[in-house]
Amino acid sequence: MIKGRVWKFGDDISTDLIAPGRYFHLRNDLVKLAEHVLEDAMEDFAKKVQKGDIIVAGKNFGLGSSREHAPRIIKLAGVSCVIARSFARIFYRNAINIGLPLVVLEEVNEIEQGDELSIDLENGTVENITRGRIYKFEPIPDFMMKILREDGITNYIKKYGDFPEVAD
Amino acid sequence: MGKTMTEKIFSEHIGKDVKAGEIIVSRVDVAMVQDGTGPLTIKEFYNMGFKDVKVEKALLFIDHASPSPRKELSNSQNLMREFSKNTSAYLHDVGEGICHQILVEKYVKPGDVVVGADSHTCTSGALGAFATGMGSTDVAIAFGLGKIWFRVPETIKIIVNGQLNDGVYPKDIILEIMRIIKSDGATYKALEFAGDCIEKMSQDDRFTLCNMAVEAGAKTGMIPADEITKEFLESNNRGKDFRKIYSDPDASYETVLEIDASKLEPLVSMPHQVDNVKTISELEKENIKINQVFIGTCTNGRFNDLEVALRILEKNGKNPDVRLIISPASKDVFQKALKEGIIEKFVELGAVVIPPGCGPCVGIHQGVLGDGERVLSTQNRNFKGRMGNPEAEIFLASPATAAATAVTGKITDPRRFL
Ligand code: SF4
Repeated sequence: MIKGRVWKFGDDISTDLIAPGRYFHLRNDLVKLAEHVLEDAMEDFAKKVQKGDIIVAGKNFGLGSSREHAPRIIKLAGVSCVIARSFARIFYRNAINIGLPLVVLEEVNEIEQGDELSIDLENGTVENITRGRIYKFEPIPDFMMKILREDGITNYIKKYGDFPEVAD
Repeated sequence: MGKTMTEKIFSEHIGKDVKAGEIIVSRVDVAMVQDGTGPLTIKEFYNMGFKDVKVEKALLFIDHASPSPRKELSNSQNLMREFSKNTSAYLHDVGEGICHQILVEKYVKPGDVVVGADSHTCTSGALGAFATGMGSTDVAIAFGLGKIWFRVPETIKIIVNGQLNDGVYPKDIILEIMRIIKSDGATYKALEFAGDCIEKMSQDDRFTLCNMAVEAGAKTGMIPADEITKEFLESNNRGKDFRKIYSDPDASYETVLEIDASKLEPLVSMPHQVDNVKTISELEKENIKINQVFIGTCTNGRFNDLEVALRILEKNGKNPDVRLIISPASKDVFQKALKEGIIEKFVELGAVVIPPGCGPCVGIHQGVLGDGERVLSTQNRNFKGRMGNPEAEIFLASPATAAATAVTGKITDPRRFL
């Protein structure tokens, strides 16, 4: 169960906004890079975000460059889950690979900055504790849940030496 | 039921019939990283306990910060050089050019499965390959296991018929597609370009279309491998790599979009989103002053792009208030442009010719903008901050529109200079 406070973002948050190109030289120092996470979308976000907080955004979150540093620094900053109306493909894949859970939810407009949420990934529910509402979402496919449960694909491969079984 | 190109390529690779929607694990023919993503790939590669690469063509490119503008980047580039010495991965060092251009010149064959830790890996799809961008860790696994998982994408077919008018270019076709389907209109899908306009289009121009497939969220952009592909491979001494790849006539497509090329006019993508597209006639009225023009990148830094731009600039001269930056996409392109006298003419015109590579497209060097400045670039992306300064504005257009803009100092219709 994931529990946390909401930071609200709009549509089309690109990986250039999450991990700006001008900090290219910090890519090998993710802790330092994380001090700038999302700063072009919300000033001081990195300073204010608390461990366990949840990002809620509009459509096409993570579009643009394939830089895996983007989901990595979101996770490093303490964010426990990103909820969005939709995700760009490479970002989605990268986030699962590094163990950052993502939720695709249509009703993001009903969630406000500062709301407290509780997310059940296995059963596919988001509870807005502040507003007393429960939403259902399509659970993450089993193949990817197996990767998330090991906190990312690097751990999974280390442990099993291969990918999870694909259904035949 | 017939198969799409994507379904054919994956069926071949895993030795059984696959359909869109399935999750599969496929062998990979080419896997690559660049200096922005490669250092993390190397770290994860060793983290997972791998010792050598298992892909026939495992490639490293130093093209983004190339040559390095800072010591931190120099150090991480050295990690890549070391990795290429300790494994059978091959490194293309500074000065050789942009990864996607070198991939199509030297490595990718029709029918290949290609993964790259760079979102514009889809460029190679123009050779009839399945080529897609992934993250650093995914490519580390592809390096180490020689295979990776995919969800076989559905295909959106884009039929482009008719002939482009003078002054209108393939870049305008892909901007028109962006205008119509938007930045998330093809998320998780493959785009396949077809129609008589595409059939006649040069291979160089086809790369421009496939390069920007990811800007619509697509997993890849593809064009059937045909006689034009064959000629391209032959001109790169790779004639033997050719084979025909195409979708079956009864393949199933998710949607089909039709575009009449003869109706298009030059288009410009406005800040800060690629799908924010306006026609040049609307924009000219607004008198938008431009400080810098950049012609290059994996989208439009090929020989024909430089030629088109020079033709306009040569006759009309460069506006003294515009900084004009030119970057050939690869060493091959650079050498050809040198031989044909194109580079010399650009220099005479007052342009700055920078080495083959990504140049200012990444926002760390070779043309970072000042606050409130505007650039018109032939690249594929204009997100806020993309070129290093969130206080600057990026406009995207064809090399011809870029050249016309460099002539006048404001966004200008290239058809004025035909
Ligand atoms: S030229 Fe620009 S878009 Fe192309 S690979 Fe380089 S940084 Fe990426």
